[in-house]
Amino acid sequence: MARLSSSYSIFPLGDSAITIDLGNCIDEYHNIKSIAIHDWLAARPFPGRLDVVAAYSSVTVFYDAAGLVLAGIAGPMGVYSWLEGLLRRAWEETAVLPAGLPAAEPRMVDIPVCYEGEYAPDLERVAAQKGLSPEEVVGLHTAGRYRVYMIGFLPGFPYLGRLDNRLDIPRKPQPETVRAGGVGIAGMQTGIYPLDSPGGWWIIGRTPVRLFDACAGSPALLKAGDQVRFLAIPSEGFREISFANSSLNL
Amino acid sequence: MAFSIIKPGLLDTIQDLGRHGFGNIGVNPGGAMDVYAAQVANLLVGNDQHEAVIEIHFPGPQILFEQNTLIAITGANFSPTINDEEIPRWQPVVVRKNTVLHFPSLVQGGRCYLSVHGGYCLKKWLNSYSTNLKAGAGGFAGLALKKGDELPFNENTIYFAGLLKNESNFETLPWRVNTEKIYQYPHEIGFLPGREWECLSPASKNGFLENNFLIHPSSDRMGYQLKGSPLALERHVEPVSSAVSFGTVQLLPSGQLIVLMADHQTTGGYPRIAHVVTAHLPKLAQLRPCDTIQFKLMDHAMAEQLLVSRQKELHILQRSCLDHLNEMVC
Repeated sequence: MARLSSSYSIFPLGDSAITIDLGNCIDEYHNIKSIAIHDWLAARPFPGRLDVVAAYSSVTVFYDAAGLVLAGIAGPMGVYSWLEGLLRRAWEETAVLPAGLPAAEPRMVDIPVCYEGEYAPDLERVAAQKGLSPEEVVGLHTAGRYRVYMIGFLPGFPYLGRLDNRLDIPRKPQPETVRAGGVGIAGMQTGIYPLDSPGGWWIIGRTPVRLFDACAGSPALLKAGDQVRFLAIPSEGFREISFANSSLNL
Repeated sequence: MAFSIIKPGLLDTIQDLGRHGFGNIGVNPGGAMDVYAAQVANLLVGNDQHEAVIEIHFPGPQILFEQNTLIAITGANFSPTINDEEIPRWQPVVVRKNTVLHFPSLVQGGRCYLSVHGGYCLKKWLNSYSTNLKAGAGGFAGLALKKGDELPFNENTIYFAGLLKNESNFETLPWRVNTEKIYQYPHEIGFLPGREWECLSPASKNGFLENNFLIHPSSDRMGYQLKGSPLALERHVEPVSSAVSFGTVQLLPSGQLIVLMADHQTTGGYPRIAHVVTAHLPKLAQLRPCDTIQFKLMDHAMAEQLLVSRQKELHILQRSCLDHLNEMVC
Protein backbone atom coordinates (compact mmCIF):
# COMPACT_ATOMS: atom_id res chain seq x y z
CA MET A 1 0.00 0.00 0.00
CA ALA A 2 1.20 3.47 -0.87
CA ARG A 3 2.31 5.70 1.96
CA LEU A 4 0.83 9.13 2.28
CA SER A 5 2.60 11.46 -0.07
CA SER A 6 3.23 14.95 1.16
CA SER A 7 1.65 16.49 -1.88
CA TYR A 8 -1.92 17.54 -2.28
CA SER A 9 -3.81 19.84 -4.58
CA ILE A 10 -6.58 22.28 -3.92
CA PHE A 11 -8.93 23.33 -6.68
CA PRO A 12 -12.33 25.00 -7.13
CA LEU A 13 -15.40 22.88 -7.82
CA GLY A 14 -17.21 25.81 -9.40
CA ASP A 15 -17.89 29.03 -7.46
CA SER A 16 -19.56 27.37 -4.46
CA ALA A 17 -17.29 24.48 -3.51
CA ILE A 18 -13.58 23.78 -3.09
CA THR A 19 -11.79 20.43 -3.02
CA ILE A 20 -8.56 19.22 -1.50
CA ASP A 21 -7.33 16.13 -3.31
CA LEU A 22 -4.68 13.98 -1.65
CA GLY A 23 -3.74 11.98 -4.70
CA ASN A 24 -6.73 10.55 -6.58
CA CYS A 25 -6.31 7.03 -5.26
CA ILE A 26 -8.07 4.30 -3.33
CA ASP A 27 -5.98 3.30 -0.35
CA GLU A 28 -6.42 3.23 3.36
CA TYR A 29 -3.78 5.80 4.26
CA HIS A 30 -5.13 8.54 2.02
CA ASN A 31 -8.65 7.72 3.14
CA ILE A 32 -7.72 8.02 6.82
CA LYS A 33 -6.17 11.40 6.13
CA SER A 34 -9.28 12.51 4.19
CA ILE A 35 -11.52 11.58 7.08
CA ALA A 36 -9.22 13.42 9.51
CA ILE A 37 -9.37 16.55 7.34
CA HIS A 38 -13.14 16.19 7.12
CA ASP A 39 -13.46 15.98 10.89
CA TRP A 40 -11.11 18.93 11.40
CA LEU A 41 -13.18 21.08 9.05
CA ALA A 42 -16.52 19.83 10.40
CA ALA A 43 -15.46 20.99 13.85
CA ARG A 44 -14.76 24.53 12.60
CA PRO A 45 -17.99 25.98 11.16
CA PHE A 46 -18.02 29.43 9.56
CA PRO A 47 -20.87 31.62 8.25
CA GLY A 48 -21.87 30.48 4.76
CA ARG A 49 -20.56 26.93 5.11
CA LEU A 50 -23.07 24.46 3.69
CA ASP A 51 -21.39 21.05 3.87
CA VAL A 52 -18.13 19.13 4.16
CA VAL A 53 -17.96 15.87 2.20
CA ALA A 54 -15.16 13.31 2.37
CA ALA A 55 -14.58 10.81 -0.43
CA TYR A 56 -11.86 8.21 -1.19
CA SER A 57 -8.94 10.61 -1.16
CA SER A 58 -10.50 14.06 -1.15
CA VAL A 59 -12.56 16.44 0.92
CA THR A 60 -14.91 19.07 -0.51
CA VAL A 61 -16.30 22.10 1.30
CA PHE A 62 -19.57 23.52 -0.05
CA TYR A 63 -20.31 27.15 0.72
CA ASP A 64 -22.54 30.09 -0.05
CA ALA A 65 -20.08 32.59 -1.52
CA ALA A 66 -22.38 35.58 -0.99
CA GLY A 67 -22.96 34.59 2.63
CA LEU A 68 -19.22 34.40 3.22
CA VAL A 69 -18.54 37.75 1.58
CA LEU A 70 -21.37 39.54 3.35
CA ALA A 71 -20.28 38.10 6.71
CA GLY A 72 -16.89 39.70 6.08
CA ILE A 73 -15.02 36.49 6.90
CA ALA A 74 -12.60 36.47 4.02
CA GLY A 75 -11.53 40.09 4.09
CA PRO A 76 -9.53 41.56 1.23
CA MET A 77 -7.94 38.26 0.19
CA GLY A 78 -11.24 37.04 -1.21
CA VAL A 79 -13.37 34.01 -0.47
CA TYR A 80 -11.47 31.44 -2.51
CA SER A 81 -8.03 32.31 -1.12
CA TRP A 82 -9.40 32.27 2.39
CA LEU A 83 -10.86 28.80 1.86
CA GLU A 84 -7.66 27.60 0.25
CA GLY A 85 -5.82 28.71 3.38
CA LEU A 86 -8.32 26.90 5.57
CA LEU A 87 -7.85 23.63 3.65
CA ARG A 88 -4.07 23.98 3.79
CA ARG A 89 -4.30 24.42 7.56
CA ALA A 90 -6.59 21.40 7.78
CA TRP A 91 -3.98 19.32 5.93
CA GLU A 92 -1.15 20.55 8.12
CA GLU A 93 -2.94 20.16 11.43
CA THR A 94 -4.28 16.67 10.88
CA ALA A 95 -1.38 14.53 11.87
CA VAL A 96 -1.35 10.98 10.69
CA LEU A 97 0.45 8.54 12.95
CA PRO A 98 3.93 7.62 11.74
CA ALA A 99 2.80 4.22 10.54
CA GLY A 100 -0.22 5.81 8.88
CA LEU A 101 -2.54 3.86 11.14
CA PRO A 102 -5.76 5.23 12.57
CA ALA A 103 -5.60 6.36 16.19
CA ALA A 104 -8.77 4.52 17.18
CA GLU A 105 -9.86 0.96 16.49
CA PRO A 106 -12.45 1.08 13.72
CA ARG A 107 -15.98 -0.01 14.49
CA MET A 108 -16.70 -3.53 13.15
CA VAL A 109 -20.15 -4.11 11.67
CA ASP A 110 -21.41 -7.56 10.66
CA ILE A 111 -23.85 -7.57 7.73
CA PRO A 112 -25.86 -10.78 7.21
CA VAL A 113 -26.27 -11.53 3.50
CA CYS A 114 -28.30 -14.15 1.69
CA TYR A 115 -26.37 -15.28 -1.40
CA GLU A 116 -29.11 -17.62 -2.65
CA GLY A 117 -31.72 -17.75 -5.43
CA GLU A 118 -33.71 -14.59 -6.04
CA TYR A 119 -31.51 -12.67 -3.60
CA ALA A 120 -28.44 -13.21 -5.79
CA PRO A 121 -29.58 -12.48 -9.37
CA ASP A 122 -26.06 -12.05 -10.80
CA LEU A 123 -24.14 -14.65 -8.79
CA GLU A 124 -24.12 -17.31 -11.51
CA ARG A 125 -23.02 -14.84 -14.19
CA VAL A 126 -20.20 -13.49 -12.00
CA ALA A 127 -19.04 -17.02 -11.23
CA ALA A 128 -19.08 -17.98 -14.90
CA GLN A 129 -17.16 -14.87 -15.95
CA LYS A 130 -14.51 -15.37 -13.26
CA GLY A 131 -14.17 -19.11 -13.79
CA LEU A 132 -15.27 -19.83 -10.22
CA SER A 133 -18.14 -21.75 -8.69
CA PRO A 134 -20.89 -19.66 -7.01
CA GLU A 135 -19.74 -21.12 -3.66
CA GLU A 136 -16.21 -19.88 -4.31
CA VAL A 137 -17.49 -16.39 -5.11
CA VAL A 138 -19.43 -16.34 -1.84
CA GLY A 139 -16.43 -17.75 0.01
CA LEU A 140 -14.17 -15.00 -1.30
CA HIS A 141 -16.71 -12.29 -0.60
CA THR A 142 -17.35 -13.38 3.00
CA ALA A 143 -13.64 -13.90 3.70
CA GLY A 144 -12.87 -10.21 3.34
CA ARG A 145 -12.75 -7.48 5.97
CA TYR A 146 -13.82 -4.32 4.21
CA ARG A 147 -13.19 -0.71 4.98
CA VAL A 148 -15.99 1.81 4.41
CA TYR A 149 -14.06 4.31 2.32
CA MET A 150 -16.94 6.66 1.81
CA ILE A 151 -20.71 7.03 1.69
CA GLY A 152 -22.04 8.40 -1.58
CA PHE A 153 -24.13 7.83 -4.69
CA LEU A 154 -27.32 7.10 -2.71
CA PRO A 155 -28.31 7.91 0.87
CA GLY A 156 -26.29 5.53 3.05
CA PHE A 157 -24.54 3.68 0.17
CA PRO A 158 -21.14 2.45 1.45
CA TYR A 159 -18.18 2.11 -0.90
CA LEU A 160 -16.31 -0.89 0.53
CA GLY A 161 -12.86 -2.15 -0.36
CA ARG A 162 -10.80 -3.79 -1.29
CA LEU A 163 -12.30 -6.77 -2.99
CA ASP A 164 -10.30 -9.93 -3.60
CA ASN A 165 -8.53 -9.70 -7.00
CA ARG A 166 -10.24 -12.85 -8.12
CA LEU A 167 -13.63 -11.06 -8.01
CA ASP A 168 -12.50 -8.01 -10.00
CA ILE A 169 -15.16 -7.55 -12.68
CA PRO A 170 -16.06 -4.47 -14.76
CA ARG A 171 -19.42 -2.81 -14.23
CA LYS A 172 -22.43 -3.98 -16.19
CA PRO A 173 -22.71 -2.29 -19.57
CA GLN A 174 -26.21 -1.05 -18.71
CA PRO A 175 -27.59 -0.28 -15.23
CA GLU A 176 -30.35 -2.61 -14.05
CA THR A 177 -32.89 -2.28 -11.28
CA VAL A 178 -31.51 -3.26 -7.88
CA ARG A 179 -33.67 -4.01 -4.85
CA ALA A 180 -32.93 -2.33 -1.54
CA GLY A 181 -30.36 -4.38 0.35
CA GLY A 182 -28.68 -5.62 -2.84
CA VAL A 183 -24.99 -6.41 -2.27
CA GLY A 184 -23.00 -5.62 -5.39
CA ILE A 185 -19.46 -5.88 -6.69
CA ALA A 186 -17.65 -3.88 -9.38
CA GLY A 187 -13.95 -3.40 -9.96
CA MET A 188 -12.15 -3.77 -6.66
CA GLN A 189 -15.16 -2.52 -4.75
CA THR A 190 -18.21 -3.95 -3.07
CA GLY A 191 -21.22 -2.02 -1.83
CA ILE A 192 -24.78 -2.27 -0.58
CA TYR A 193 -27.78 -0.53 -2.19
CA PRO A 194 -29.78 1.03 0.66
CA LEU A 195 -32.78 1.82 -1.57
CA ASP A 196 -34.35 0.45 -4.74
CA SER A 197 -32.32 2.03 -7.51
CA PRO A 198 -30.87 1.51 -10.94
CA GLY A 199 -27.32 0.22 -10.52
CA GLY A 200 -24.43 -1.01 -12.61
CA TRP A 201 -22.85 -3.35 -10.03
CA TRP A 202 -23.28 -7.16 -10.09
CA ILE A 203 -25.70 -8.23 -7.37
CA ILE A 204 -24.44 -11.36 -5.64
CA GLY A 205 -26.61 -11.25 -2.53
CA ARG A 206 -29.04 -9.24 -0.45
CA THR A 207 -29.06 -8.16 3.18
CA PRO A 208 -32.22 -7.80 5.26
CA VAL A 209 -30.46 -5.07 7.26
CA ARG A 210 -31.63 -1.57 6.65
CA LEU A 211 -28.69 0.60 5.56
CA PHE A 212 -30.67 3.81 5.55
CA ASP A 213 -33.65 4.64 7.73
CA ALA A 214 -35.04 8.11 7.08
CA CYS A 215 -36.92 8.09 10.41
CA ALA A 216 -33.88 7.30 12.54
CA GLY A 217 -31.94 9.97 14.40
CA SER A 218 -28.84 9.03 12.45
CA PRO A 219 -30.28 7.60 9.24
CA ALA A 220 -27.18 5.92 7.80
CA LEU A 221 -26.07 2.65 9.41
CA LEU A 222 -22.47 2.94 8.26
CA LYS A 223 -19.97 5.75 8.15
CA ALA A 224 -16.61 6.25 6.52
CA GLY A 225 -13.89 4.47 8.49
CA ASP A 226 -16.06 1.56 9.70
CA GLN A 227 -15.07 -2.06 9.02
CA VAL A 228 -17.60 -4.43 7.49
CA ARG A 229 -17.78 -8.21 7.42
CA PHE A 230 -20.40 -10.17 5.44
CA LEU A 231 -21.98 -13.24 7.03
CA ALA A 232 -23.76 -15.70 4.74
CA ILE A 233 -27.30 -16.55 5.89
CA PRO A 234 -29.84 -18.97 4.38
CA SER A 235 -32.97 -17.61 2.71
CA GLU A 236 -35.11 -18.65 5.72
CA GLY A 237 -32.81 -16.51 7.82
CA PHE A 238 -33.30 -13.58 5.49
CA ARG A 239 -37.05 -13.68 5.94
CA GLU A 240 -36.74 -14.01 9.71
CA ILE A 241 -34.74 -10.83 10.13
CA SER A 242 -37.55 -8.37 9.71
CA PHE A 243 -36.88 -5.06 8.07
CA ALA A 244 -38.62 -3.29 10.89
CA ASN A 245 -36.21 -4.52 13.54
CA SER A 246 -33.15 -4.66 11.44
CA SER A 247 -31.07 -1.90 12.96
CA LEU A 248 -28.00 -3.64 14.26
CA ASN A 249 -27.16 -3.29 17.91
CA LEU A 250 -23.71 -1.84 17.78
CA MET B 1 -56.69 26.29 7.02
CA ALA B 2 -55.27 24.75 3.90
CA PHE B 3 -55.52 24.20 0.24
CA SER B 4 -56.17 20.93 -1.44
CA ILE B 5 -55.00 19.34 -4.64
CA ILE B 6 -58.00 18.74 -6.90
CA LYS B 7 -55.84 17.35 -9.67
CA PRO B 8 -52.10 16.77 -9.42
CA GLY B 9 -49.62 18.04 -11.99
CA LEU B 10 -46.77 16.19 -13.68
CA LEU B 11 -44.45 16.65 -10.72
CA ASP B 12 -45.41 18.95 -7.85
CA THR B 13 -43.07 18.74 -4.89
CA ILE B 14 -42.35 20.72 -1.77
CA GLN B 15 -38.89 22.30 -1.97
CA ASP B 16 -36.81 24.88 -0.18
CA LEU B 17 -33.24 26.07 -0.60
CA GLY B 18 -31.87 22.57 -0.09
CA ARG B 19 -30.85 20.06 2.54
CA HIS B 20 -27.26 20.99 3.18
CA GLY B 21 -24.90 19.25 5.59
CA PHE B 22 -25.64 15.57 4.93
CA GLY B 23 -23.43 14.83 1.94
CA ASN B 24 -21.25 12.67 4.12
CA ILE B 25 -24.10 10.16 4.55
CA GLY B 26 -24.95 10.32 0.86
CA VAL B 27 -27.99 12.57 1.19
CA ASN B 28 -28.00 15.16 -1.58
CA PRO B 29 -29.12 18.76 -1.13
CA GLY B 30 -32.10 18.59 -3.50
CA GLY B 31 -34.09 21.79 -3.14
CA ALA B 32 -35.57 24.10 -5.75
CA MET B 33 -34.09 23.84 -9.24
CA ASP B 34 -34.51 27.62 -9.61
CA VAL B 35 -33.40 28.81 -6.20
CA TYR B 36 -33.84 32.47 -7.13
CA ALA B 37 -37.50 32.03 -8.10
CA ALA B 38 -38.14 30.08 -4.88
CA GLN B 39 -36.54 32.82 -2.77
CA VAL B 40 -38.48 35.60 -4.48
CA ALA B 41 -41.78 33.69 -4.18
CA ASN B 42 -41.30 33.70 -0.43
CA LEU B 43 -40.10 37.28 -0.08
CA LEU B 44 -43.04 38.64 -2.11
CA VAL B 45 -45.53 37.30 0.45
CA GLY B 46 -43.50 38.42 3.45
CA ASN B 47 -41.91 35.04 4.27
CA ASP B 48 -38.36 34.18 5.12
CA GLN B 49 -36.59 32.94 1.99
CA HIS B 50 -36.08 29.52 3.59
CA GLU B 51 -39.80 28.71 3.82
CA ALA B 52 -41.14 25.78 1.81
CA VAL B 53 -42.59 26.44 -1.65
CA ILE B 54 -44.23 24.12 -4.18
CA GLU B 55 -42.22 23.45 -7.31
CA ILE B 56 -44.58 22.89 -10.22
CA HIS B 57 -43.83 21.33 -13.61
CA PHE B 58 -46.08 21.49 -16.65
CA PRO B 59 -48.84 20.27 -16.81
CA GLY B 60 -49.47 21.91 -13.44
CA PRO B 61 -51.96 21.00 -10.72
CA GLN B 62 -55.39 22.35 -9.90
CA ILE B 63 -55.53 23.70 -6.39
CA LEU B 64 -58.55 24.69 -4.31
CA PHE B 65 -57.98 27.41 -1.71
CA GLU B 66 -59.99 26.66 1.39
CA GLN B 67 -59.31 30.06 2.94
CA ASN B 68 -58.40 33.58 1.88
CA THR B 69 -54.69 33.76 1.48
CA LEU B 70 -51.81 35.67 -0.04
CA ILE B 71 -49.81 33.80 -2.68
CA ALA B 72 -47.06 34.46 -5.20
CA ILE B 73 -46.13 32.52 -8.31
CA THR B 74 -42.64 32.92 -9.73
CA GLY B 75 -40.45 31.16 -12.28
CA ALA B 76 -41.87 29.59 -15.44
CA ASN B 77 -44.92 31.01 -17.16
CA PHE B 78 -47.67 28.38 -17.14
CA SER B 79 -50.29 31.18 -17.45
CA PRO B 80 -51.75 30.74 -13.94
CA THR B 81 -55.44 31.52 -13.47
CA ILE B 82 -57.81 31.90 -10.54
CA ASN B 83 -61.27 30.69 -11.57
CA ASP B 84 -60.17 31.05 -15.19
CA GLU B 85 -59.00 34.64 -14.83
CA GLU B 86 -55.29 35.12 -15.48
CA ILE B 87 -53.23 36.31 -12.51
CA PRO B 88 -49.80 37.96 -12.69
CA ARG B 89 -46.56 36.22 -11.80
CA TRP B 90 -43.72 37.69 -9.73
CA GLN B 91 -46.31 39.69 -7.82
CA PRO B 92 -48.27 38.99 -4.60
CA VAL B 93 -51.92 38.10 -5.10
CA VAL B 94 -54.65 37.81 -2.46
CA VAL B 95 -56.95 34.95 -3.42
CA ARG B 96 -60.46 34.41 -2.14
CA LYS B 97 -61.59 31.32 -0.32
CA ASN B 98 -63.09 28.57 -2.54
CA THR B 99 -61.35 29.68 -5.72
CA VAL B 100 -59.32 27.36 -7.93
CA LEU B 101 -55.78 27.93 -9.16
CA HIS B 102 -55.06 26.35 -12.51
CA PHE B 103 -52.19 26.39 -15.02
CA PRO B 104 -53.85 25.97 -18.44
CA SER B 105 -50.97 26.53 -20.85
CA LEU B 106 -47.23 26.42 -21.12
CA VAL B 107 -45.86 29.74 -22.32
CA GLN B 108 -42.25 29.51 -21.25
CA GLY B 109 -39.92 27.98 -18.70
CA GLY B 110 -39.25 24.74 -16.87
CA ARG B 111 -40.84 25.05 -13.45
CA CYS B 112 -42.71 27.59 -11.37
CA TYR B 113 -42.97 28.14 -7.62
CA LEU B 114 -46.00 28.75 -5.44
CA SER B 115 -45.60 30.35 -2.04
CA VAL B 116 -48.27 31.17 0.55
CA HIS B 117 -48.04 33.83 3.22
CA GLY B 118 -46.85 32.27 6.48
CA GLY B 119 -45.57 29.18 4.68
CA TYR B 120 -46.81 25.61 4.51
CA CYS B 121 -47.06 23.88 7.85
CA LEU B 122 -44.78 20.86 7.42
CA LYS B 123 -42.17 19.02 9.39
CA LYS B 124 -38.56 19.31 8.34
CA TRP B 125 -36.52 16.20 7.60
CA LEU B 126 -32.77 16.59 8.19
CA ASN B 127 -33.20 20.30 8.60
CA SER B 128 -35.02 20.92 5.32
CA TYR B 129 -38.52 20.86 3.82
CA SER B 130 -37.28 19.63 0.43
CA THR B 131 -38.79 16.41 -0.90
CA ASN B 132 -36.27 13.62 -1.39
CA LEU B 133 -38.21 11.25 -3.62
CA LYS B 134 -35.47 8.61 -3.57
CA ALA B 135 -35.41 8.36 0.20
CA GLY B 136 -39.19 8.94 0.40
CA ALA B 137 -38.63 11.60 3.02
CA GLY B 138 -39.01 15.34 3.50
CA GLY B 139 -41.65 17.54 1.88
CA PHE B 140 -45.22 16.22 2.05
CA ALA B 141 -44.96 12.57 3.17
CA GLY B 142 -41.80 12.19 1.07
CA LEU B 143 -43.86 12.12 -2.13
CA ALA B 144 -44.94 14.29 -5.02
CA LEU B 145 -48.31 15.92 -4.31
CA LYS B 146 -51.31 13.87 -5.35
CA LYS B 147 -55.06 14.18 -5.60
CA GLY B 148 -56.74 14.95 -2.31
CA ASP B 149 -53.60 16.12 -0.49
CA GLU B 150 -54.42 18.92 1.94
CA LEU B 151 -51.59 21.27 2.71
CA PRO B 152 -52.01 23.18 5.94
CA PHE B 153 -50.59 26.70 6.23
CA ASN B 154 -48.85 28.18 9.20
CA GLU B 155 -51.06 30.48 11.26
CA ASN B 156 -51.12 34.00 9.94
CA THR B 157 -52.40 37.14 11.51
CA ILE B 158 -53.34 39.16 8.43
CA TYR B 159 -57.02 39.61 7.64
CA PHE B 160 -56.91 39.13 3.88
CA ALA B 161 -60.64 39.49 3.27
CA GLY B 162 -60.21 43.22 3.85
CA LEU B 163 -57.96 43.42 0.80
CA LEU B 164 -60.48 41.79 -1.53
CA LYS B 165 -62.90 44.04 -3.36
CA ASN B 166 -66.55 43.00 -3.60
CA GLU B 167 -67.10 39.98 -5.77
CA SER B 168 -63.53 39.79 -7.01
CA ASN B 169 -61.85 36.41 -6.79
CA PHE B 170 -58.42 37.87 -6.28
CA GLU B 171 -56.62 41.14 -5.75
CA THR B 172 -53.12 41.86 -7.03
CA LEU B 173 -50.96 43.82 -4.64
CA PRO B 174 -49.03 46.67 -6.17
CA TRP B 175 -45.44 45.52 -6.00
CA ARG B 176 -43.51 43.28 -8.32
CA VAL B 177 -39.99 42.11 -9.04
CA ASN B 178 -38.02 42.97 -12.12
CA THR B 179 -36.35 39.73 -13.14
CA GLU B 180 -34.99 40.85 -16.47
CA LYS B 181 -31.37 40.80 -15.39
CA ILE B 182 -31.51 37.34 -13.86
CA TYR B 183 -32.93 35.57 -16.90
CA GLN B 184 -31.50 37.65 -19.75
CA TYR B 185 -29.68 35.79 -22.52
CA PRO B 186 -31.43 32.60 -21.39
CA HIS B 187 -29.35 30.28 -23.54
CA GLU B 188 -25.95 31.62 -22.51
CA ILE B 189 -24.72 29.64 -19.55
CA GLY B 190 -21.59 30.87 -17.76
CA PHE B 191 -19.10 28.28 -16.59
CA LEU B 192 -15.82 27.95 -14.72
CA PRO B 193 -13.34 25.30 -15.95
CA GLY B 194 -13.44 22.04 -14.02
CA ARG B 195 -10.59 19.93 -12.70
CA GLU B 196 -10.27 17.92 -15.95
CA TRP B 197 -10.84 20.84 -18.34
CA GLU B 198 -7.16 20.84 -19.23
CA CYS B 199 -7.36 17.15 -20.18
CA LEU B 200 -9.70 17.94 -23.09
CA SER B 201 -8.14 17.93 -26.53
CA PRO B 202 -7.79 21.43 -28.04
CA ALA B 203 -10.49 20.61 -30.57
CA SER B 204 -12.85 19.54 -27.79
CA LYS B 205 -12.16 22.71 -25.81
CA ASN B 206 -13.10 24.72 -28.88
CA GLY B 207 -16.13 22.53 -29.46
CA PHE B 208 -17.29 23.12 -25.90
CA LEU B 209 -16.87 26.88 -26.22
CA GLU B 210 -18.31 27.29 -29.68
CA ASN B 211 -20.97 24.66 -30.25
CA ASN B 212 -24.55 24.62 -29.08
CA PHE B 213 -25.73 21.77 -26.90
CA LEU B 214 -29.25 20.41 -26.93
CA ILE B 215 -31.00 19.54 -23.67
CA HIS B 216 -32.08 15.94 -24.20
CA PRO B 217 -35.71 14.98 -23.37
CA SER B 218 -34.49 12.48 -20.76
CA SER B 219 -33.26 15.40 -18.61
CA ASP B 220 -34.79 15.80 -15.18
CA ARG B 221 -34.18 17.17 -11.69
CA MET B 222 -31.14 14.89 -11.35
CA GLY B 223 -29.33 16.06 -14.43
CA TYR B 224 -29.54 17.55 -17.91
CA GLN B 225 -28.22 15.21 -20.57
CA LEU B 226 -26.70 17.31 -23.33
CA LYS B 227 -26.48 16.33 -26.95
CA GLY B 228 -23.76 17.80 -29.13
CA SER B 229 -20.70 16.80 -31.09
CA PRO B 230 -18.82 14.37 -28.83
CA LEU B 231 -15.85 15.65 -26.84
CA ALA B 232 -12.64 13.74 -26.24
CA LEU B 233 -9.91 13.79 -23.65
CA GLU B 234 -6.37 14.23 -24.82
CA ARG B 235 -5.06 12.49 -21.78
CA HIS B 236 -6.88 9.53 -20.25
CA VAL B 237 -7.98 10.34 -16.71
CA GLU B 238 -9.93 8.23 -14.29
CA PRO B 239 -10.90 10.29 -11.28
CA VAL B 240 -11.78 8.17 -8.23
CA SER B 241 -15.21 9.11 -6.85
CA SER B 242 -15.35 12.46 -5.15
CA ALA B 243 -17.96 15.07 -4.31
CA VAL B 244 -19.85 16.73 -7.17
CA SER B 245 -22.13 19.73 -7.10
CA PHE B 246 -25.23 21.31 -8.62
CA GLY B 247 -23.92 22.60 -11.95
CA THR B 248 -20.99 20.18 -12.38
CA VAL B 249 -20.59 19.29 -16.07
CA GLN B 250 -19.32 15.72 -16.45
CA LEU B 251 -17.96 14.04 -19.55
CA LEU B 252 -19.50 10.60 -20.05
CA PRO B 253 -17.61 7.73 -21.73
CA SER B 254 -19.76 8.32 -24.85
CA GLY B 255 -18.24 11.80 -25.28
CA GLN B 256 -21.53 13.44 -24.33
CA LEU B 257 -22.04 15.76 -21.37
CA ILE B 258 -24.33 15.78 -18.37
CA VAL B 259 -24.98 18.81 -16.16
CA LEU B 260 -25.79 17.74 -12.62
CA MET B 261 -28.90 19.46 -11.30
CA ALA B 262 -30.59 19.80 -7.89
CA ASP B 263 -31.22 16.08 -7.29
CA HIS B 264 -27.72 14.99 -8.36
CA GLN B 265 -26.05 12.18 -6.45
CA THR B 266 -23.48 13.31 -3.90
CA THR B 267 -20.37 11.81 -5.50
CA GLY B 268 -19.24 10.90 -8.97
CA GLY B 269 -16.25 9.67 -10.91
CA TYR B 270 -16.63 11.08 -14.42
CA PRO B 271 -14.22 13.80 -15.56
CA ARG B 272 -15.36 17.24 -14.43
CA ILE B 273 -15.06 19.43 -17.50
CA ALA B 274 -16.80 22.52 -16.16
CA HIS B 275 -19.09 23.98 -13.53
CA VAL B 276 -22.06 26.18 -14.36
CA VAL B 277 -21.74 29.38 -12.35
CA THR B 278 -24.24 29.35 -9.50
CA ALA B 279 -25.80 32.65 -10.61
CA HIS B 280 -26.78 31.06 -13.94
CA LEU B 281 -28.39 27.92 -12.51
CA PRO B 282 -31.82 29.64 -12.39
CA LYS B 283 -31.59 30.30 -16.15
CA LEU B 284 -30.63 26.70 -16.77
CA ALA B 285 -33.46 25.46 -14.54
CA GLN B 286 -35.94 27.37 -16.70
CA LEU B 287 -34.79 25.80 -19.98
CA ARG B 288 -36.78 22.90 -21.35
CA PRO B 289 -35.94 19.67 -23.14
CA CYS B 290 -34.92 20.43 -26.75
CA ASP B 291 -33.78 23.95 -25.84
CA THR B 292 -30.16 24.63 -26.69
CA ILE B 293 -27.46 26.17 -24.56
CA GLN B 294 -24.14 27.75 -25.26
CA PHE B 295 -21.40 27.78 -22.65
CA LYS B 296 -19.56 31.04 -21.91
CA LEU B 297 -16.28 31.10 -20.04
CA MET B 298 -16.46 33.31 -16.97
CA ASP B 299 -13.94 34.15 -14.30
CA HIS B 300 -14.23 33.17 -10.68
CA ALA B 301 -14.35 36.71 -9.31
CA MET B 302 -17.14 37.65 -11.71
CA ALA B 303 -19.16 34.54 -10.78
CA GLU B 304 -18.85 35.44 -7.09
CA GLN B 305 -19.70 39.07 -7.70
CA LEU B 306 -22.96 38.06 -9.38
CA LEU B 307 -23.90 36.06 -6.29
CA VAL B 308 -23.03 38.87 -3.90
CA SER B 309 -25.01 41.51 -5.77
CA ARG B 310 -27.95 39.14 -6.11
CA GLN B 311 -27.91 38.48 -2.36
CA LYS B 312 -27.86 42.22 -1.68
CA GLU B 313 -30.83 42.73 -3.99
CA LEU B 314 -32.73 39.99 -2.21
CA HIS B 315 -32.10 41.69 1.15
CA ILE B 316 -33.52 44.93 -0.22
CA LEU B 317 -36.49 43.09 -1.74
CA GLN B 318 -37.21 41.42 1.58
CA ARG B 319 -37.23 44.71 3.47
CA SER B 320 -39.43 46.51 0.97
CA CYS B 321 -41.92 43.64 0.70
CA LEU B 322 -42.30 43.58 4.47
CA ASP B 323 -42.73 47.37 4.58
CA HIS B 324 -45.37 47.31 1.84
CA LEU B 325 -47.20 44.45 3.48
CA ASN B 326 -47.27 46.23 6.83
CA GLU B 327 -48.63 49.39 5.21
CA MET B 328 -51.38 47.45 3.43
CA VAL B 329 -52.73 45.76 6.49
CA CYS B 330 -52.27 48.38 9.19
